[in-house]
This record gives sequence, C-alpha cells and structure tokens, in this order.
Amino acid sequence: MASVTLTVNGKSVTRDVDPRTLLVEFLRENMRLTGTHVGCDTTQCGCCTVHVNGEAMKSCTLLAVAVDGAVITTIEGLARGEDLHPMQAAFREHHGLQCGFCTPGMIMSAVDMVRRKGSDLDDKTIREELEGNICRCTGYHNIVKAIHYGAEAMGKMGTAAE
Amino acid sequence: MYPFNYHRPSSLADAVKLAGGDEAKIMAGGMTLLPTMKQRLAAPSDLVDLNALGLSGITIAGGKVTIGAMTRHADVAGSAELKKAIPALAELAGMIGDPMVRHRGTIGGSVANDDPAADYPSACLALGATIVTNTREMAADDFFVGLFETALQPGEIITKIIFPVPEKANYQKFRNPASRYAIVGVFVAKFAAGVRVAVTGAGSGGVFRQFDFEDALLKDFSAKAIEGIKQSADGLNSDIHADAAYRAHLIGVMARRAVEAAK
Repeated sequence: MASVTLTVNGKSVTRDVDPRTLLVEFLRENMRLTGTHVGCDTTQCGCCTVHVNGEAMKSCTLLAVAVDGAVITTIEGLARGEDLHPMQAAFREHHGLQCGFCTPGMIMSAVDMVRRKGSDLDDKTIREELEGNICRCTGYHNIVKAIHYGAEAMGKMGTAAE
Repeated sequence: MYPFNYHRPSSLADAVKLAGGDEAKIMAGGMTLLPTMKQRLAAPSDLVDLNALGLSGITIAGGKVTIGAMTRHADVAGSAELKKAIPALAELAGMIGDPMVRHRGTIGGSVANDDPAADYPSACLALGATIVTNTREMAADDFFVGLFETALQPGEIITKIIFPVPEKANYQKFRNPASRYAIVGVFVAKFAAGVRVAVTGAGSGGVFRQFDFEDALLKDFSAKAIEGIKQSADGLNSDIHADAAYRAHLIGVMARRAVEAAK
C-alpha cells in the first residue's frame, strides 16, 4: 500500500491505496466522485478527463500515487454552490449532450481549452482541440456550439483563468 | 494490471539503481506504459517513476536546442523560443496524441520507447540529434535500433536531447484518424552541410533515413527534385490501415509537402 494525498475540489484527502490504483478509480471508488466517467479505459475517449494542477489529463491513464500532492479538479468541483459553471450552463442551454456519458469529460476539456486558447474560439479550433474527446450521440454540432458560447461567457465573467 | 512496487526516486543516481533491476520498468509520462500494463502486456516487478527528477525545460544556445527528457509535449509545442529556433519541432510536438496526452507525455519517454509510428524519433534522426543519458552521449543514427528497440542498456536513463538548429525543416504527418499515430510521417531538415530526411510510421524496422531523397535535395532543395524518385515498398509495413505500396507512395507525397513547407 502507498499513501496518497491529493487536494480534490479544494479538499485535502489522504488514503492508503494499492500502487495500481488509477486516479479515476481513486476518485470514483475511494471518494465516490462518480461524475468522472470511464468510457474506453484506453486513453482515447476522454470521458475521464480531470484537471491535474490546472491541466486537463485523462485520469484512466494516471496512477494516483504518481500524482501524489497534486491539486485535482473534477466535474463536481466546477459549480459554485447552486450556480453552474458558465461552461456547464452553456452545455445545458445549447443542448450539448444526448446521453450525457461523455459530457463531464467534454466540459473539463472545454474549460482547459479556454485556459489555453482564450475565450474567443472559432469552430475549427474547438473541433481540433476536442480530438481527445469522443461522443457517440450528438455528432458534435451542439457540443461545439456550447463550447463557443461557454467560452464567451467565461471571458465575460473573467473566469477564463479558472 | 498486475501488482508492482512503486518508486519515485528524487535523484538520478537512485533512479538508475532502481531501474537496473531485472524486472523493473522506467515510467516517464506513462502514456504508453500504463495502457500496456493495463492490458497485461507488461508486468514490471518495480515501476520507477521519473517525475520527481526535474529533467525538464528547453534551453537554446550556440545553434543548439537542448530539451530535458521529462519535458511534456505541450511545453515543447508551446515554447515561444523553440517556435523561433526549430518551428518544425514545436509543430511536431503539437501533433502528438491529443491535448490531454500532450500535458503528460514526455519527449524522453517517446524516444526511449521508440514506437515505430511515434513522431519524435523522426525529428531526432532528421535533425541529427544527440541523445544524452546518465552515462553517455549517442548520435540518433546509432540510437534507434529497431521496433521498440534502442541502444539504451537496462537501467540507462535519457536525461536530455540536443538538437542542432537547421536552416529550415518541416514535418508532415499522415495520421491514422483514430489513434493519431503516423501512418507515414516525414521529417525533412536542411543544414548548411547537408539535408537529412527521416521517415516514421512506415518502416518494419522503425524510423529510417531516406538517402535517395537526401542526395537529390542536397543538389536542389525543391519538391520537384524528388518527384521522380521511386520509394520501394520493400521493408515497409502492411496492416489494416495501409499496405506497403500505399505507404511507399505516401512517403514521397509527405516528403514533397515537407520540402515545400520547410522554414
């Protein structure tokens, strides 16, 4: 067993885990934060995307022990109380989902995209930057639209830097 | 995943010692190793994580770019200094995987793994890079040996890679749309002393140089100069994505595009 201390959505948590424990398993099974999904389990679909020290990564391909000490943000950590994060609100407003399975990863990627590329995003940039997130329902059209408006809202609210 | 002992050494000396064990594996970003372990295709007794060693950063001086082995793809792709010195190398890093993979994967890991479809080996070979380890320095020409095989000895750890700055260079990649790996990738670099062309994704023995293209481009650095040179399909991969003849054709196409786009 190995001791892992993480700051997850602002709260410090220490657990003894088997070194094999993936970050996504730590979040879902140890902390019961089940908003982070496992789609493909092979680093392709992006459903497990979380922020590690502010950068988007795929939590199915990270060992929890290897990110010991890191600050983690999951989909549960974006909203402020009852107020959805502007990117979450945009996905609801523009119907950027159907089944919703990929949505947490899409939103975590989208927020990271705004951090890196700014809040004025054209469709080409959004589609290129989404290459690590797969959706099997929507055909992406409304996801791209939601990210466009979500990014714009983040820019207006000054939340681009998170 | 099979069980393993996890180590995160804080000094290179400790890392080398731990990595020397019979069944030990070294982990840099883990973007290839962890999926391999999850599929139970690798079962190290000990996993030596290099993430506490530093070994990252980009320095440019005296016509050379030095990149620390643990530098992430995203940092190579985003480096303003590198974009000026060797724009082709920054662009190549930005074509690896997807944004999340680029935040974690490292240049040292990619080069040490020597996947026959990886991007970085072509840049190392075409730019005539020097691979520096804890014990020695190796020319890229001597480093890449075969499929997933390099001149690295057990327990030897890459610390940095040194790239000479070319007059101009470019990398063109024909991507597998699902995996983002190169079906064919061609890196062309023009130096005052010569031209080097390296091909990834295509060779059944991994990355290789295309000497016929190099000779023609040395005389005349233009796409037209290599238009008539036939790339043989011998020794090229055939798989469900592309057969050897198609890959041979793509090598010419990608090389000509790279020459035209070189800057």
